[in-house]
Amino acid sequence: MADTIWVYAEVVAGALTPTTLEMLSQAAAVGTAEAVLLGRAPADAAEVLGAYGAAKVYRGDDPVFDTYLVLPALEALAVLIRAHQPTAMLFASSYAGRDLAAGLSARLDCGAISDVGDFELTDGGVVATIPALGGSYLATSTFARPGPRLLLVRPKSFEARRIGGTATIENVPAPEEPALRTVEVIDRVEVPAEGPQLEGANAIVSGGRGLRTADAFHMLRELAELLGGAVGATRAVVDAGWVPYSMQIGQTGRTVKPDVYIACGISGAIQHLAGMKQSKAIIAINTDPQAPIFQFADLGVIGDVSQVVPQLITELKRRKGLA
Amino acid sequence: MHVIVCGKVIPDSSVTLQIDPDTKRMRRKDLPHELDPAAAVAVEEALRLVERHGGSVTIVSMGTTDATIGIRRALAMGATAGVHLLGEEFAGSDTLGTAKALAAAIRRLPSYDLVICGTESSDSYSGIVPVQIAYLLGIPPLTFANKVEVDGNSISIHRQSETGYAVVRAQLPALISVTSGLNEPRYPQLKGIMAARKIEIQTFSAGDLGLGPDDVGASAARERVMAVGAPPMRAAGRIIEDDGQGGKEIADFLAAIRVV
Repeated sequence: MADTIWVYAEVVAGALTPTTLEMLSQAAAVGTAEAVLLGRAPADAAEVLGAYGAAKVYRGDDPVFDTYLVLPALEALAVLIRAHQPTAMLFASSYAGRDLAAGLSARLDCGAISDVGDFELTDGGVVATIPALGGSYLATSTFARPGPRLLLVRPKSFEARRIGGTATIENVPAPEEPALRTVEVIDRVEVPAEGPQLEGANAIVSGGRGLRTADAFHMLRELAELLGGAVGATRAVVDAGWVPYSMQIGQTGRTVKPDVYIACGISGAIQHLAGMKQSKAIIAINTDPQAPIFQFADLGVIGDVSQVVPQLITELKRRKGLA
Repeated sequence: MHVIVCGKVIPDSSVTLQIDPDTKRMRRKDLPHELDPAAAVAVEEALRLVERHGGSVTIVSMGTTDATIGIRRALAMGATAGVHLLGEEFAGSDTLGTAKALAAAIRRLPSYDLVICGTESSDSYSGIVPVQIAYLLGIPPLTFANKVEVDGNSISIHRQSETGYAVVRAQLPALISVTSGLNEPRYPQLKGIMAARKIEIQTFSAGDLGLGPDDVGASAARERVMAVGAPPMRAAGRIIEDDGQGGKEIADFLAAIRVV
């Protein structure tokens, strides 16, 4: 019998997340994929999950899953996992994914492997590949004991493929215990992101502390516009309040994989590399020849961003016949 | 209120982190260590809460003798008690083993109102220990906080989300994990550093906590690292010095890869 791989399906901003569909496609490629979908979701969610490879969708639509964080979903998942014993369960390395995998590992006394970039099934087991320390190493890990196997998967690790299947739906009852209703959501506030979205952008121009001033982001926006791309930032400048968190790329921010990533005044801390190292081409501009970012750059320019970026903007405008 | 902060000590930011090919663990021996910046944010938030509401802050850290560096730092910032989980039995613990040890230590401390952790450590950043601790203690986890408010017996946070934030509330005692941008940790003053020296750090061994080889350490780990290797290498890039032509070089490169 084929191994059954479960995927925790997440909905953000009214749609299934790309990582959900990526994980599902991979699960369907190596075994029988099934999804667990709890809480508010678009009407066609089960249909979409089926199209991306889910043979079955465990669906719990009780509002308790949205109103109370972590514990109700955790309990529902623990009951389902105990009853059906999938070979592995995949969660996105997202806010909800990390909380649920963490709670489940404590609840079921089982392992949870974080930061997974790839996995394979081996004779009833699972071997996970982890790009460790921002991708400076590639570690392979497995589970040392029998029992549930939880994997937290990095975004963009797999291709999402619409293979056009149909899922059967099994209803998941909401856990009743009042003790699970302790972490209450009072309000959800949307903070609109500035400019084009990072995810899906073909070109990303990103800025770090080497820019020296928040104003320098104007120049990066102009460059991004010329390339039809988006602007990102490191945690350092987000923490400094220069730009909003929605622009943060890295371990605690977004993971991006554009055709070209232009790192401006970014030294290349491990946490930042983790979010952009998979870019197809990397260009780095930095005054410090020793900056780690140069080890990952396809083209590195040792120089001052405030000189090089305006040169580049002028040159691109000239070639486009704009100046 | 009594606030407990869980934090670890990591190689300081000047160190390029490396994995020891023999132990397959991060190399930590003989490196300069510091209090994890994520833990420093947690300590700062704890101090601000007790400055506003009264009370005390306890720092709890697991690790080798180097962990005292972080505990002393937190005490110098203003924490009033330090607890060190020390011993070979803890070495090689996975996230759940670490959470079990920290939860067991917290249960042995005077009754508490709040546990604060960083969202993830700055060296291994798995980001799952806080919720594991909360679950083991049976208290509500409020994670990824970028704003924290305590009002009487309840706590509310702004929880970072993909699209903004959620306002999330729970009753105390609770656990929160705090994001790095939440505050700017204070620098210890000489007076604090001197006072911290007088505080005796309490130590717990695994035995003291009633934990055995099935709970903590490498023997209890649910995950096993099989191998650590080099990643597929990127072909070495071209590094040039800007002599006024850097922008043009980049434009040529962009044209070559057909981005423009």
